[in-house]
Amino acid sequence: MPAGTLYRGREGMWSWVAHRVTGVLIFFFLFVHVLDTALVRVSPEAYDDTVAIYKTPLVNLMEYGLVAAILFHALNGLRVIAVDFWSKGAKYQKQMLWTVMGIWIVLMAGAFYPVLQHTLRTLFGS
Amino acid sequence: MSTETTQAAEPEDAQVTLYDVDHPAPVIEPPRARTGKTPKASRTNFEMYGWLFMRLSGIVLVVLVLGHLLIQLVLDGGVSKIGFAFVAGRWASPFWQVWDLAMLWLAMLHGANGLRTVINDYAERDTTRFWLKWLLYAATVFTVLLGTLVIFTFDPNIR
Repeated sequence: MPAGTLYRGREGMWSWVAHRVTGVLIFFFLFVHVLDTALVRVSPEAYDDTVAIYKTPLVNLMEYGLVAAILFHALNGLRVIAVDFWSKGAKYQKQMLWTVMGIWIVLMAGAFYPVLQHTLRTLFGS
Repeated sequence: MSTETTQAAEPEDAQVTLYDVDHPAPVIEPPRARTGKTPKASRTNFEMYGWLFMRLSGIVLVVLVLGHLLIQLVLDGGVSKIGFAFVAGRWASPFWQVWDLAMLWLAMLHGANGLRTVINDYAERDTTRFWLKWLLYAATVFTVLLGTLVIFTFDPNIR
């Protein structure tokens, strides 16, 4: 560990870093998302034309990334709450992180087809 | 000989009585102690309420946002179905209007407070911090008001 730093590495620090990064990314998407939804007050065509961007393969893949970021932030957020309010939270923070990652992998596997089905159908037919 | 023994004994002595009359323990104020010098601005519990808000809003947002993702991106064909007609169908119900309004306010305030913390952590110059937070608050107020206006004034027969 380099001298003069508070960063301790391992599960605690890296989950904290991932929580920050996903939080900032989600917040920036939220600005864009409120703006695109506001187009329903302009015209149905303006809204539908913009939503069409969300149906392109690249942006559809980014939606899967958004789901990944939100699921991690949500599950790890519950872990942070447990660390703060549960008397044994700090003791079991590592086990809770690996539980979070396990649930995350299962949910991401389950979300793969439903979220990406639009692209999979357009690219590979039916 | 005698000088050697005194030299060897001294460090041991110093370890046994680390603090004595000549070496008083340094006084360390508790981190949040409030003294006469504490500026008035930091005499409230704002940061504690901010910390609590992140946890309470976080629990509610887990339900609101994951429900939103499930409806918009997972169920019933994923993103394919989304369009003006789909939005009109959902906002015909006050339940989903309230859901989306609560989600908008809580997510924006949760995100704004999170980014405020990030700015405080990494922007070291006072002026940089000031302007970044000013930009953050302006963007947050604008987005929350715009979103609220859209939900309350939505017209399915706009054309």
